[in-house]
Amino acid sequence: METENNINPTGYDDVRPPVVHTGVIGWIRKNLFNSWFNSILTLIVLYALWKIIPMLIQWAFIDGLWMTGGAQCRAESDGACWSIITANFRFIIFGFYPQDSQWRPFVCMVLLTALLLVSRNRRYWKKPLGLAWIAGLIIMGVLMYGGVPGLERVESDKWSGLPLTMLLSVFGMVAAYPFGVLLALGRRSEMPAIKTICIFYIELIRGVPLISLLFMSSILFPLFLPEGLTINKILRAQAAIIMFTAAYIAEVVRGGLQAIPRGQYEAAESMGLSYYQKMRLVILPQALKIVIPPTVGILVSAFKDTSLVVVIALYDLLATAKSTLSNPEWMGFSVEAYIFIAIIYFICCYAMSNYSRRLERELETGR
Amino acid sequence: MNGTLSHSPAQSAPFWNDPDKRAIIYQIIALAIVLSAGYYLFHNTRANLERQNIASGFKFLQKESAFEIGESLISYSAADSYGKALLVGVLNTLKVSFIGMILTVIIGTIVGISRLSTNWLVAKLSAIYIEVLQDIPLLLQLVFWYAIFYETFPSPRQAVNPMSGVFLTNRGIMFPIPASHPAHEFMFYAFLTACAAAFVLRRWARRRQDRTGKAFPVIRVSLGMLFSFPAVVWLFFGSPSGLSVPVLSGFNFEGGMTISPEFGALLLGLVLYTSAFVAEAVRAGIQSVSHGQTEAAMSLGLKPGLVLNLVILPQALRVIIPPLTSQMLNLTKNSSLAVAIGYPDFVSVANTTINQTGQAIEGIVLIMAVYLFLSLSTSLFMNWYSKKTAMVER
Repeated sequence: METENNINPTGYDDVRPPVVHTGVIGWIRKNLFNSWFNSILTLIVLYALWKIIPMLIQWAFIDGLWMTGGAQCRAESDGACWSIITANFRFIIFGFYPQDSQWRPFVCMVLLTALLLVSRNRRYWKKPLGLAWIAGLIIMGVLMYGGVPGLERVESDKWSGLPLTMLLSVFGMVAAYPFGVLLALGRRSEMPAIKTICIFYIELIRGVPLISLLFMSSILFPLFLPEGLTINKILRAQAAIIMFTAAYIAEVVRGGLQAIPRGQYEAAESMGLSYYQKMRLVILPQALKIVIPPTVGILVSAFKDTSLVVVIALYDLLATAKSTLSNPEWMGFSVEAYIFIAIIYFICCYAMSNYSRRLERELETGR
Repeated sequence: MNGTLSHSPAQSAPFWNDPDKRAIIYQIIALAIVLSAGYYLFHNTRANLERQNIASGFKFLQKESAFEIGESLISYSAADSYGKALLVGVLNTLKVSFIGMILTVIIGTIVGISRLSTNWLVAKLSAIYIEVLQDIPLLLQLVFWYAIFYETFPSPRQAVNPMSGVFLTNRGIMFPIPASHPAHEFMFYAFLTACAAAFVLRRWARRRQDRTGKAFPVIRVSLGMLFSFPAVVWLFFGSPSGLSVPVLSGFNFEGGMTISPEFGALLLGLVLYTSAFVAEAVRAGIQSVSHGQTEAAMSLGLKPGLVLNLVILPQALRVIIPPLTSQMLNLTKNSSLAVAIGYPDFVSVANTTINQTGQAIEGIVLIMAVYLFLSLSTSLFMNWYSKKTAMVER
């Protein structure tokens, strides 16, 4: 009986319209205010952004100075002094490289960027691209060093700035890769002596910071060499970077080798392939393909790690910025200079890690 | 003839086609190359050292160091030996690594969970945090924070004073701490006792749960003990509440606690950089637990808190721990970048020692040995831990 009383005599339900799930309001409700906790969180974050972002814009753009001298920056404005970048742009990027030959490192960087862009597409991963890389690296070396007719020789202690950073990381990666693969194979080998040597090397290098290897390269390498023989500083640092990166590549490649099912090894052996053929034709193509994404990750950290050469007084990108800052005119504008360098590093690393994520998605579909 | 062939086919093949013998030859060649290269380097080094009149050996460790170290956990002066200076360096490295690890795990976990938040704003901000901090070299971040400390903070005389007793200056951040009192020592012992008691309690609770199925609120009781034991001791000593407040005297502050710009910048840089990587590991770990696990646990009637504690976390942790370990090791190794901003960590002290004594080989051997020891002992511990927590599969 009682239930009948509840029936609405007009025959219409007194139900509120359903909550909007589409459109801007629906999106906001679903993604920003879906529970009381999230609503509070959203409000706090919005308030913080409201306080911080206008302040940053004021500092960086509205009060920022772009084309003045250091003294003016100090006198005129509380904002950012981007003039330190515009006034010293050439030095920060190219360092001590002779100004009239500056086109050479510039061409190198363009060439390198072009090669990297072409290599993005997996359809081109064939022999011609490999040859193009070898040719490109040789041309870069010749352009930087000179010494051939028409190009004046530029000693390597003048190499600095962004070209040095790029050379150290690219040559480091190219040389470390085969070395790392060999180490990984050695570590998986059944010969105890070779296995021990490889494990010892990999664990030793991975257990110490890169900085100690760089110190070793700058202080100890000269002691290791016979009297009269000297190797220049950049090559020594390069050797340290290669030794370091190779150990990390070896571990990544080892992961790939372990992920290949035993059946593949046994199948290759039962076909009568020798060890070399087995690895080259069956195992490595599969293993290296699996580990492409983490390898790009190592490339990113190798690129970032080249900034450590500052501690052995090589003039990479960070060091040229630092030496600009030691000029009395520009002293005190570190934040601006470092932000500029950070943006360069960020763009390069972001491009690489983004690419590695894309590859990971593409390669996910079976082997 | 046929019989002999089938019994020992190896006899007919030349020894270089026998895999076993070939393996031995390869190994002998590899060893010979490594040993002769080693001997060559050793020989050159000895000749070079003799020419430069550098005596090798670790005797220099007992000599007077004659340099000051900015901050130290133990009493140290320039009159102490090189050995003690290096010990100060090791302790400084351990200090920044230890504090850094704790903060990194906390921040990394928060950011990693926020990355998966259903709140779009929070998730996107965490993604930006992770991406930006991962893609900028640590060294650059360190010099950046150091510049912020050094250039934008005022001198002690114009110190910024955000809260009473707290001062921000380019000499560091000063804040008050409790004035030293004998009670503190006993509070520390009480805390250790509480740790031990919590450990025993956990074992007892687990055994009881296995036997009877009754759960015991271990975490809440343990936290209560960790807090209340020292508090009781503090009350027993008449609740000493004196504060040592930093006061400006001359050109700098005295009293209180100071975080030097070097330590602050190093800690901030290390924590922010590493926490971005930890956040990625945490995110991957949580995502690795399939949704079916949550649903299965809930359909068993477990409360959400228990679902997280008993089902999700144990499985996620197994995925998180290995990358987390390597990030903690990276943090320790990366603390060596302190040399670039002048925090006296081990590498920086060893570098000064090398420059003063010329004992380059010994110095670098020491650096490598210390870091190797830290790395290997951590990875041994972690291997033991992951073996202990490994999933027993069907």
